[in-house]
Amino acid sequence: MTTTEKAFRPWHVPASRPACCDVKRPALQAVGLGVRFSGRPVLADVSLDMHHGCITAIVGPSGCGKSTFLASLNRMLDFEEGAALTGDVRFHGESILGADLDAQSLRRRIGLIAQRPNPFPLSIRRNLAFPLREHGVRDRPEQERCIEESLRQVGLWSEVCDRLDQPALALSGGQQQRLCLARALALEPEVLLLDEPCSALDPLASGVVEDLIVDLRGRYTIVVVTHNLAQARRIADDMAVFWIEDGVGRIVETGSADELFTRPRDAVTRAYIAGARG
Amino acid sequence: MLDRVLTQPRAKCRKVTLPDRLAALLVWTVATLVAGMLLWIVLDLLRHGLPHLSIGFLLDAPRDAGRAGGIAPVLVATAMILIVSLAVAVPLGLATALLLSEYIRRGSRFAGFVRHALEVLAGVPSIVFGLFGNALFVRYFGMGYSVAAGGLTLACMVLPLFVRASEEALRSVPDDFRRAADALGLTRAAAIRSVLLPAALPGILVALVLSTGRALAEAAALLFTSGYVLRVPESLGDSGRTLAVHIYELAMNVPGGESQAYATGVVLLGALLLINLLTALLGRRYGAQVQGVRR
Repeated sequence: MTTTEKAFRPWHVPASRPACCDVKRPALQAVGLGVRFSGRPVLADVSLDMHHGCITAIVGPSGCGKSTFLASLNRMLDFEEGAALTGDVRFHGESILGADLDAQSLRRRIGLIAQRPNPFPLSIRRNLAFPLREHGVRDRPEQERCIEESLRQVGLWSEVCDRLDQPALALSGGQQQRLCLARALALEPEVLLLDEPCSALDPLASGVVEDLIVDLRGRYTIVVVTHNLAQARRIADDMAVFWIEDGVGRIVETGSADELFTRPRDAVTRAYIAGARG
Repeated sequence: MLDRVLTQPRAKCRKVTLPDRLAALLVWTVATLVAGMLLWIVLDLLRHGLPHLSIGFLLDAPRDAGRAGGIAPVLVATAMILIVSLAVAVPLGLATALLLSEYIRRGSRFAGFVRHALEVLAGVPSIVFGLFGNALFVRYFGMGYSVAAGGLTLACMVLPLFVRASEEALRSVPDDFRRAADALGLTRAAAIRSVLLPAALPGILVALVLSTGRALAEAAALLFTSGYVLRVPESLGDSGRTLAVHIYELAMNVPGGESQAYATGVVLLGALLLINLLTALLGRRYGAQVQGVRR
């Protein structure tokens, strides 16, 4: 299938679950997680298992705390003014909220890709080489190997291999987003958190990035926030529906994506999936 | 019909009254007067100064207390004092700007205190800086009237300006880069070194050029600190006379030195214009780059 065909693929094509997605083994777990900003609750009582090698889609209306949830999974909330967490987030069974935890190496293992592509204003090569160097990969040939491998993984190598020293900001939006993905992949993470990775892209570029996410299934545990239900249906193994109740984001239903789309238990989920709400 | 309404000139929609016209006339007159005043100063300076200006004037030593000859030692002393002041002000100022923009919250009490202190410092008259420099550097630290004392006093003076402008340059770097660096598990120091400082560099250069302009124009603070010895300073401990101080001396204390004062004024004006031009060029390039980033 060509890229164009894939981009406009009808949304009801179900995503097949590969064998490497092991439902039994949760890589990341939110346990009764609550988030407050300056005392005001934003998220409450969120419990969710994100399984090893699977794609977990977080869906729900705007402002229901999806991005906040994502940011709480790799301690990015540390940078938010007045953010306080209750409950727990566990990575391979161990809490990541402890004050003595090395948050920087945690973020290397749990990468976060922002909604808007945010490559550094450096060359394509330096965008990848700089984080590698900072994380201890100082050997030049080793760096070059990592750079090529990650760019190949996101399908960008053939497009940019002859202009690695050109500014990354000269790339198109879709290429920039894939570069950001490559930059995270170069650090060999285990988990990728994607915050609406396609929403700032045009349909074609969006299709390319979406296919890429599907390609990465099995090798990485992926948590993707999306407000695009069709996309969630195409790519997700598991799904969690977030909703706002009394101004606070909560989970209304979790389960496998097939189940949620075909037999939603909750009335809100049913209405949301049918397009009647949200 | 809608077309006609939309394309009708604005003036026709509203009646222009006499008070409107008078107000417009007043504003135009005042603006012309202000611009004219500036033009007058420049033209006066050029008229008296240009006839005495030559390559020799820039390269020769002064004779007869500056009434004749050139201003070579003055140029050397000016450059030395400028270099000393920037060598001190730039690292200190950059560190402060980094602290304010990257390390502490904008609304914190300490940030407010530092910013307030800088604002007060920026409002202190330069003659007071001169007294302070004289008390601290010249006497207390025993530097005497010297290039070093003058340079340090100037550094204190340009610091607020440099900090403010560099902080703005750093703040105008999009937050996306900081978030990206955080998400990759990079330290703030690494992000500053490899991303934020390079991205803010054009703006910081503008800050540097502005500070140079401020330092170059200063006379009062230097009278009590670097002194007015009319020789090429052989070390940082020697006294030296800058362009601005030279003008003051020739105009006030050397009878018959006016024409040389004017010529020196033209040189100083030329240097300042050159610096302003440089700022404008850098600023334009900087603006273009930020747009490129936000594309």
